[in-house]
Amino acid sequence: MGAVVDLDRLLDQRRVWRGRQAQVQPKALQPTGHARLDERLPEGGWPAAALTELLLASPGCGELQLMWPAMARLTAEGGRVVLVAPPFIPFAPAWQAAGIDLRWLVQVDAEQADTLWAAEQCLRSGSCAAVVCWPERADDRALRRLQVAAETGQALAFACRPHQAQLNASPAALRIAIDTRPAQWRVIKSRGGMPPAVPIACPGQG
Amino acid sequence: MLWACIVFPQLALDSILRERDDPDTPLVLLGGPAQRRVLQAVNPAAAALGLRAGQTLTAARALAEAFTCLEVDAKRIDALQQLLAAWAYRFSAQVSLHYPRALLLEVGSSLKLFGPWPAFQARLREELAELGLRQRIVLASNPVAARILANAHDGLAVSDADATRMALLSMPVQRLGLPADAAEAFARMGLKQLGQVLALPRSTLARRFPAQVQLHLDQLLGLRSLGLDFYQPPDRFETRLELNFDVASHQALLFPLRRMLNDLAAFLAGRDCGVQRFRVYLEHAQGADTQLDVGLLAAERDAGMLLELARGRLEPLRLPAPVRNLRLVADDLPPFVPQHQALFDPRAQQLQPWEQLRERLRARLGDEAVKGLLAAADHRPEHAWQAVEQGALGNMPVAPGSRPGWLLATPTLLDGLAYQVQGQAERIESGWWDGGDVRRDYYRIETREGLRGWAYRDLSQGGPLWLQGWFA
Repeated sequence: MGAVVDLDRLLDQRRVWRGRQAQVQPKALQPTGHARLDERLPEGGWPAAALTELLLASPGCGELQLMWPAMARLTAEGGRVVLVAPPFIPFAPAWQAAGIDLRWLVQVDAEQADTLWAAEQCLRSGSCAAVVCWPERADDRALRRLQVAAETGQALAFACRPHQAQLNASPAALRIAIDTRPAQWRVIKSRGGMPPAVPIACPGQG
Repeated sequence: MLWACIVFPQLALDSILRERDDPDTPLVLLGGPAQRRVLQAVNPAAAALGLRAGQTLTAARALAEAFTCLEVDAKRIDALQQLLAAWAYRFSAQVSLHYPRALLLEVGSSLKLFGPWPAFQARLREELAELGLRQRIVLASNPVAARILANAHDGLAVSDADATRMALLSMPVQRLGLPADAAEAFARMGLKQLGQVLALPRSTLARRFPAQVQLHLDQLLGLRSLGLDFYQPPDRFETRLELNFDVASHQALLFPLRRMLNDLAAFLAGRDCGVQRFRVYLEHAQGADTQLDVGLLAAERDAGMLLELARGRLEPLRLPAPVRNLRLVADDLPPFVPQHQALFDPRAQQLQPWEQLRERLRARLGDEAVKGLLAAADHRPEHAWQAVEQGALGNMPVAPGSRPGWLLATPTLLDGLAYQVQGQAERIESGWWDGGDVRRDYYRIETREGLRGWAYRDLSQGGPLWLQGWFA
């Protein structure tokens, strides 16, 4: 028990949950751009330098709606957003209309076996602001690697996985399931706070 | 002007040892005619067996059994000298290979950039040690004196003409680089050191010895200058490595490849350029060479990075036969522009710049794997986006939400899928001029699962809807 742990630091890291939550919302580092989601998340936005897992009812069920505002903010700041092996073609005009600066958007094509490797390299490099990947079979260890890489490179990591994966435990800092009927987001896990009990309705369709 | 002379006392042996990964096995270099093979150089392990340079091969065989014999290869030494000149070129614009196995550098004008001489010298020694070469370095006020002093000294630095003269006076006559008969004549006359020779009247010296002796002595003291041919770096890099044995595994190829890329990096640093494209030829005993192309988007010259990229491309390569020789050719040597980094970079913790990351991804995933997106000014969805090397903004804005974020690579027939059409049709009719004519009515649909798609009906064919994208 030699290590003395600074209480403030422990609280700042949000590893300890306090029963009586302070009412003051800290300034978010990575706001999601959805006000109603932000106020429910412990960091007031995407967990910075950590892995976020999006559990999709099926590919194309609204994950872009969720991620676009953050991507638009990051690319506008000159941060690079990398899509590793997306399931469909990102339709450039729509992405541009969503406010994303295409100069900072990069698509990496990879075989299924190389997806995690490529995502990890991008995260670890520190030269990407956000990395989105669609791993088909990602086990606990693979996700942990992504989480560590995101911490190393101080980047946002998103892993889009099917709904079935929500039953398995995951090292991701934040897990959000996206439902389509009704259209809503369910926060399953959020590090540093209790996940909100009520689902959050998706903002109007875009 | 200050001249540094770097002498490589064991260039032939070092040129072989640096390419071997077993420096501790006894090894000797052979020379001389076939009837009388003579050991020209031995490595420390061979010396421990009692082998000495100058022994005949028969005598050596009588002393020890287990040692490797290699022929002295003049071409290899030539190539290495060229490489050394290229390496030295980054420290000085005046580099000469006038003397065999030695480099002459004019360093007086380089000292401002590379620091005081002790630091500069330490750097030279460190880099030569990395190249695997033993060296003696001497600094003097003229090139001939530097070369001659290097015969007897290592690390000596005399920076003006008087000090150089003082250092030279005590040099033994045999080591002055004089013609052999002149040196012997001096010795027999009882003149052991240069100081004693110079004490003789000039006219008697001129009468007794050929003119070149006086010329050499004058050049040595800096009274007359020596015309030197300066090194001009070539415009391409080529090196070849003989492996001496057949190599079938990728792993074993990495060691020689690393050595070649280190040489390439030294060459590039000397020329202050980078490499954008190089090719490694894997030569087999029979059949055509296997080629390994490494192309980069931006010029690079870091040896470690080049190795990693080459390795990424080497590993997926299928070798049809064991490799016997390696050859590396680099023709495309554009100027190298280091990455600009601001002091107050907001992302100062970047561990690896994007350019390096991109090359790493391309090396493993393929040249086309990393791409940007471009929004093109075309109403047809399949033409409204393009994959390009560097993404760029399009100039045909669409209303947010009017186009799907995901586009299907090929439209699929909406057959047997329960869906509901929502809203009015949007007609897209375009492309009659380039053969890709489309006349379509686009609808927003919602499937039973709640997915919102973008589907069209082809007006020329009619029939069911085709799904082309998802509003994700």
